[in-house]
Amino acid sequence: MAAHLSVTVNGTVREADVEPRRLLVQLIREDFDLTGTHVGCDTSQCGACTVHVDGKAVKSCTMLAVQADGSDVTTIEGMASAEGLHPLQTAFWEHHGLQCGFCTPGMIMTAAALLASNPDPTDDEIRHAIAGNFCRCTGYQNIVIAIRAAAAAMRAGSTAGAAS
Amino acid sequence: MIPAAFDYVRATSLDDALARLAADDGAKVIAGGQSILPLMKLRLARPETLVDIGRLTELQGVRRLPDGRVAVGALTTYAAMIADPILGHYGLLRDALPNIGDTQVRNRGTIGGAIAHADPASDMPAILLALDAEVVARSATAERTIPITSFFEGAFDSALRPGEIITEIRLPGGRDDVGSAYSAIEQPASGYSIAGVAAVIGARSGDRWGLCAVGVTGVGEHPYRATAVEQAIRGGASVADAATHATDGITVASDIHADREYRTHVAAVQVRRALEAAAARLG
Repeated sequence: MAAHLSVTVNGTVREADVEPRRLLVQLIREDFDLTGTHVGCDTSQCGACTVHVDGKAVKSCTMLAVQADGSDVTTIEGMASAEGLHPLQTAFWEHHGLQCGFCTPGMIMTAAALLASNPDPTDDEIRHAIAGNFCRCTGYQNIVIAIRAAAAAMRAGSTAGAAS
Repeated sequence: MIPAAFDYVRATSLDDALARLAADDGAKVIAGGQSILPLMKLRLARPETLVDIGRLTELQGVRRLPDGRVAVGALTTYAAMIADPILGHYGLLRDALPNIGDTQVRNRGTIGGAIAHADPASDMPAILLALDAEVVARSATAERTIPITSFFEGAFDSALRPGEIITEIRLPGGRDDVGSAYSAIEQPASGYSIAGVAAVIGARSGDRWGLCAVGVTGVGEHPYRATAVEQAIRGGASVADAATHATDGITVASDIHADREYRTHVAAVQVRRALEAAAARLG
């Protein structure tokens, strides 16, 4: 029994007919061909599949596609804009916040949700926020540095925006 | 991993969900999905129908009841509980909630789902045991209130009957003469408690505590009240002495992460720490 659903993905309304058992991450990767969202553990541990559903970071391997019907979904592909990379993407690049890069999309989505609610987190708050995202390369230190740098850049950007 | 095929219905109201459950023996409820979806992906659970109650706003949120108690809607997520000003007054919730699951799990996981799942190492059951919470469950034909002390019946087994949905959890209102705390040692990879202890202590008169409640998770077959500890405290024993009774009468679990001897030891340590922290909050 296929279910019809409509999801706004990165600002664009997308529709699909899916089996109820289709996972959100499969909808994103296989039906919508947005393969920046990764499947790491597939058991809700590693966070590589993290996306935003209605502004909240969720593990898309542990949510049914039908549960996202009518929702606003943002994936890593929705982070950069016409002006260029998102400040988090730039900071991960500049501060060597990735090595193999597999965890990076999920890491950035979790970090983006953190910074939306806490624009100036401490290192402890950053580490607590990304506890559900595993990186097996970096030892996390440069990821924390990158998120801290992105937070500073975004605060400076919003201040500049407010002044102009 | 892909779940076995099932039919899916999104409930339009609690009554709609209850009617669908009553009409279909093969139906299970899904809310945040953080417990049932992993089970379904492993095919340890194969419901024929999933009734999705996740969007029922009538089961979300925290409110104070006219009698001063606090009702937490079954669909209230961990993230919503952390942000709630009423629940912020409970020391043991402040201790425990930020460390349950992770950011993403706390955004989806609900209090009702957590206790319906009845994982023997879940944190929330120990907290609700120490608070003497009540679970309100409704079926298509009746509503009943289940004391939390008789809710957990075994590993992944509760007093909830087929066709029932948890609607809310009721907590006692805060008291100035009572302190509470949560202390746990977790298995680092899973985050589940090897021994997690919630303590509520207060109503001191002279050198005796009039009120003491201790909930323990991760240690026995299901979360339990450490009644021997509570009796010792009320009888005037020191916290250190009372804590030695942490596992009295309990068949202590043993696994690759913590054998019986070690788990018995850390259960007593966590009981002591939780009681000390709860008492310290009284100032």
